[in-house]
Amino acid sequence: MRRAEDMPQGWVGSSPVRLDGLDKVLGRARYLDDLTFPGQLWGRTVRSTVAHARIVRLERDPAFDWSGLTFVTAADIPGENVVQLIESDQPCLARDVVRHCHEPLALIAGPDRERLEEALAHVLVEYEPLPAVFDPLASTQIFKHYAYEREAGRIDEAFVRAARVVEGRYRVGHQEQLYIEPNAVCAVPRPDGGLSLHGSMQCPFYVHRALQRLLGLDDDRLAVIQTVTGGGFGGKEDYPSMIAGHAALLARKSGRPVKIVYGRAEDIAATTKRHPAVVDHRTAVAADGTLLGGEIRIVLDGGAYCTLSPVVLSRGAIHAPGAYRWPCCRVDARAVATNTPPNGAFRGFGAPQTLFAIEMHIEKIARELGLDPVEVRRRNALREGDVTATGQRLRESVSALAALDAVAARAGPLERPPRGARKRRGRGFSLVWHGAGFTGSGEVKLKARAGVELTPNGCRVLAASTEIGQGTVTVFSQMVADALGVPLDAVEVAVPDTSRVPDSGPTVASRTCMVVGGTLAGAARALERRLSAFAAESFGGDPSRVACRGGVFREGARVLAPYSVVAGRHLAEHGPLRIVEQYSHPPGIVWDDDEFRGDAYPVYAWAATAVDVEVDLDSYETRILRAVTASDVGKAIHPVLCAGQIEGGTVQALGWALLEELRHRDGRVLNDRLQTYLIPTALDAPPIETILIENGYRHGPYGAKGVGELPMDGPAPAVAAAILDATGALVPELPITPDRLMAALGKDPA
Amino acid sequence: MSATLELSLTVNGETRTATVAPLARLLDVLREAFGLTGTKEGCGEGECGACSVILDGELVNACLVPASQAQGAVVTTVEGLAARDGTPSPLQQAFLECGGAQCGICTPGMLVAGQRFLDGGAPATDAAVREAIAGNLCRCTGYAKIVDSIQRAAATPSPPPGERAGVRGPGDR
Amino acid sequence: MIADIPVTSVRSLDEAYAVLARRAAGLRVLAGGTDLMVQIQARVGLERIGHILDIWKVSELRHVTLDGGTLRVGALATYTDLLRSEAVRAALPALAQVAREVGAWAIQNRGTLGGNVCNASPAGDTLPILIAAGATFVVGGPRGERRIAAEEFFVAYRKTALAADELLLRAELPALAPGERLVYRKVGTRRAQSISRASLAVRARVEAGAFRGVRIAAGCVAPVPLRCRATEAALEGGGPGAAAFAAARAALDGEIRPIDDLRATAAYRRRVAGNVLEQLLAAF
Ligand SMILES: Cc1cc2nc3c(=O)[nH]c(=O)nc-3n(C[C@H](O)[C@H](O)[C@H](O)COP(=O)(O)OP(=O)(O)OC[C@H]3O[C@@H](n4cnc5c(N)ncnc54)[C@H](O)[C@@H]3O)c2cc1C
Ligand code: FES
Ligand code: FES
Repeated sequence: MRRAEDMPQGWVGSSPVRLDGLDKVLGRARYLDDLTFPGQLWGRTVRSTVAHARIVRLERDPAFDWSGLTFVTAADIPGENVVQLIESDQPCLARDVVRHCHEPLALIAGPDRERLEEALAHVLVEYEPLPAVFDPLASTQIFKHYAYEREAGRIDEAFVRAARVVEGRYRVGHQEQLYIEPNAVCAVPRPDGGLSLHGSMQCPFYVHRALQRLLGLDDDRLAVIQTVTGGGFGGKEDYPSMIAGHAALLARKSGRPVKIVYGRAEDIAATTKRHPAVVDHRTAVAADGTLLGGEIRIVLDGGAYCTLSPVVLSRGAIHAPGAYRWPCCRVDARAVATNTPPNGAFRGFGAPQTLFAIEMHIEKIARELGLDPVEVRRRNALREGDVTATGQRLRESVSALAALDAVAARAGPLERPPRGARKRRGRGFSLVWHGAGFTGSGEVKLKARAGVELTPNGCRVLAASTEIGQGTVTVFSQMVADALGVPLDAVEVAVPDTSRVPDSGPTVASRTCMVVGGTLAGAARALERRLSAFAAESFGGDPSRVACRGGVFREGARVLAPYSVVAGRHLAEHGPLRIVEQYSHPPGIVWDDDEFRGDAYPVYAWAATAVDVEVDLDSYETRILRAVTASDVGKAIHPVLCAGQIEGGTVQALGWALLEELRHRDGRVLNDRLQTYLIPTALDAPPIETILIENGYRHGPYGAKGVGELPMDGPAPAVAAAILDATGALVPELPITPDRLMAALGKDPA
Repeated sequence: MSATLELSLTVNGETRTATVAPLARLLDVLREAFGLTGTKEGCGEGECGACSVILDGELVNACLVPASQAQGAVVTTVEGLAARDGTPSPLQQAFLECGGAQCGICTPGMLVAGQRFLDGGAPATDAAVREAIAGNLCRCTGYAKIVDSIQRAAATPSPPPGERAGVRGPGDR
Repeated sequence: MIADIPVTSVRSLDEAYAVLARRAAGLRVLAGGTDLMVQIQARVGLERIGHILDIWKVSELRHVTLDGGTLRVGALATYTDLLRSEAVRAALPALAQVAREVGAWAIQNRGTLGGNVCNASPAGDTLPILIAAGATFVVGGPRGERRIAAEEFFVAYRKTALAADELLLRAELPALAPGERLVYRKVGTRRAQSISRASLAVRARVEAGAFRGVRIAAGCVAPVPLRCRATEAALEGGGPGAAAFAAARAALDGEIRPIDDLRATAAYRRRVAGNVLEQLLAAF
């Protein structure tokens, strides 16, 4: 069959200037806070100051001048007081009970920000304290529990046969996404009683459904429109549904547009974080390092409400065995409640937590057996044809060994300072996998739709996938331009607006390129076939031999007409043309939700990382000298953007490894400022060498598997392994702060 | 009773005036009084550099400069970096070509800091460039492509600073 | 409200003194604003601010000169001024080194030595150097000028010896004599834009195999930047060597009072202060 992507067009695989780039470098791109809305008010949120309590009083201080201010409490909610996600446990505004510090209680809007600030201090709240739980291991409330096994009957025997049984407990803390643009929305009431909601977000349809439920609005009277978004990393996946609800309530009550832009402290304290995790491994190994079997127990701290914890947990549980073969194993995973702000989506979505654990555990196994940790990885790495712990046979595009070998070769020898030096050097490796797209039956249930619309010179992409910096607009345009046979600038991408674009699902799970991009490429091919047939009919030719290439319809070498002529005539004769397709899961991919078995993902991306560190034995500071990564992404649609994703994700992961941890006291966030929650600066970030491996996936558009989350998985364990190599101390907990390293080293190493 | 200041300053080569509170942040004056929203706010406490502008020839965080101290000043923001006809500056062009901008929210600050570094004329070594942008946080890029962009621009002959609005002559560190 | 706070911007010391003489309630001095603007925006102590005296453009206070053996640094000298200054490089290079390690470039352009001193944070990075260097602060106001030794300036947690109607005018530092060194290390939270976890400065010379003129000060290990007199005494007159360093370390351990906070534990600060002391002493 003639496939458009087989034809040389060349946008896919090349690196044109990103399409949103010019506006961004000229300072013209308008983020939410850059927009002004006539008559607009500012909104603020009254938040709880205690972790768990009954609210006994919530009212305005009569001594304060409330004129001109709009005040909203749970009683003002016209629909259901819930933030629509997986469960309906989280209120938009707390009513009787607060379950975490910083929980929204009430809202105030007004024209002057400073006066609002003062008003916040004049909302009188009294609490009757309830017992609070902060330690996830002590929590008895379980949001979700998964248990799965492979060859369970052989586990006992594996432990009997083992040359050694290796046990370890690994922990990671809360990480903040720290997009540089804080959460921001503006709700604009419409004359028809409806509402337009503009905002910085990843998932307009999540917000759309949340607002419908909160306000009881039908589709016709609601539009959710994404504005240019200054980073997301998962942090604008679920939380915008909350802040959008707040702005909408204030806008409905005041009758004016209401903008809520979080300050940094509020954003850090109140929005979702990466789930802290405790992972226990008990593993039977042979003397040569072969994994014989094991047990893995995972506890994720979900925080006070369920949010996305069940899906974070399932991804974490599936990735917990790592990129390795396990003849038999058992995984038990639970997400539990604590009285801390809810945790949610963050790049990697549960996988970085459990992959840190398995990678450190591999280091521990190698150490205990006196083996080279890279050799242990090599010995156990998954290969094509192997079966994963969920029973999935890996049929194609498996690159664990290729990635590991590429990184080891590039890393070369490490120069070490002389013995006895106060600065030690070390190198660590990691090997990870990352399932592409939604877990399990997620895509099947979602039925994502996306399409293209004919324009006089090309087409317009219609998708709800958001550009959050990763390059969605450019990558979509490349794929569609190649499929349609037109120049890149002939493709426009519609602003994600729920009243205009189909629901192509959330911009998460590295699914945008593979799932939505693939659907779009399919729609664009369908458009090309439709127009080719029309061109053949209009200008004479054999429809099966007519195709568009370089913006011109031809039959073989014979030119029929330029695209614009064909499109113009088609528009004139048939009116607007929209082709919207639904994503179809590749055949033969089967997942059983109840048994937690089967093809957890259609395909996996693979990455190996090597990190060189220098550890100062006087200050216990770790400096990262260099990072080398090899990533199999299937196909790099835009190599520069793809490398940019890997570099950015790598540094975010390095920050998690050494610096980043949210701290709480009695459930209250302590380090809610950029002075106290530290992310890497340009001087902390090392030079990064990025090796792209393109082991194409048959069902991915042009072979692509997705890249967004993969780089978050490997660097942190590689840092910990490098510190182990440099100092002999295995620090089983992230971040490896100087304090923790000092404690782990005890006295100075010899 | 509000305190007020009749503020007059030169922004990107144009004289601008506004009546503001004397402790109003230069950041808010630029964004709200003058509609120059290219300059961003990421923290409001001097940590992120999203609000970087050049004030009387020096790189500053506009979120920490009170209006009273901008009286009579010469300011360059991201909007003043391109040529008057809108052609991107060599540094802006390098950001486009090298992939220096992703979500773009740090980009105006990075460009301003990078431009001030280039104006200083110091050799654009990896270490020097990283030091120059160490006060500008980026969460998307891992900095690699930003460093590349600045180095590429350093290797491109740049129009003399006088052609861009408001940038005073070089003052190396 | 912040918008209500009046600001008087002055261009000379005389004008500044005239404002100070009126002793307006809640008068606060504003220099580069890198501490004060952050505090105002965070509304820390906002209710205590009634009036701002903006001295940023008082050019008399912005100077760095080396005069005979004395380095004079005006209160409004910025970190950038310090690291560009030939005089600093010649007289006390550690001051240029620390200037480069404060915040990042934009902060260095606005932050002043006087602001660092008067903000009086135990983590203020120049303070251990000023104390170890033997700096004298010259302060002045409508009632005249006086001189205060650096180590006497910091009287309690974030409290200085300045009276309400006084400004810090300059620091005067004895330049290093031949054979003398001032070494310094900041251990921060990351590699730039970082507040210290611990810092230490040592000024001394080694003469005929013995430490002489030892002055040591530490940051982040007590409520105030601390002159470490016991540690100095343990070293003075003795020779460099493992035993002397161990004794100095023990003395330091006895005189510091670190606490746990968000940036580090007390145990960490204690251990690292000792390690850094030994590391710095080994350089002599
Ligand atoms: C992002 C960031 C990073 C930073 N990094 C560091 C760092 O690494 N190390 C460090 O030590 N500090 C750091 N700081 C703090 C700050 O930059 C320094 O303390 C700086 O020196 C303060 O100087 P200033 O002129 O800005 O002070 P201002 O904010 O203007 O004033 C500070 C205080 O001193 C008083 N004051 C100022 N000048 C005088 C005077 N002449 N007489 C009397 N009172 C006066 C003011 O009333 C105020 O209370 C950082 C700050 C920020 C925002
Ligand atoms: S907003 Fe000014 S430095 Fe962050
Ligand atoms: S490009 Fe997004 S923060 Fe830098």
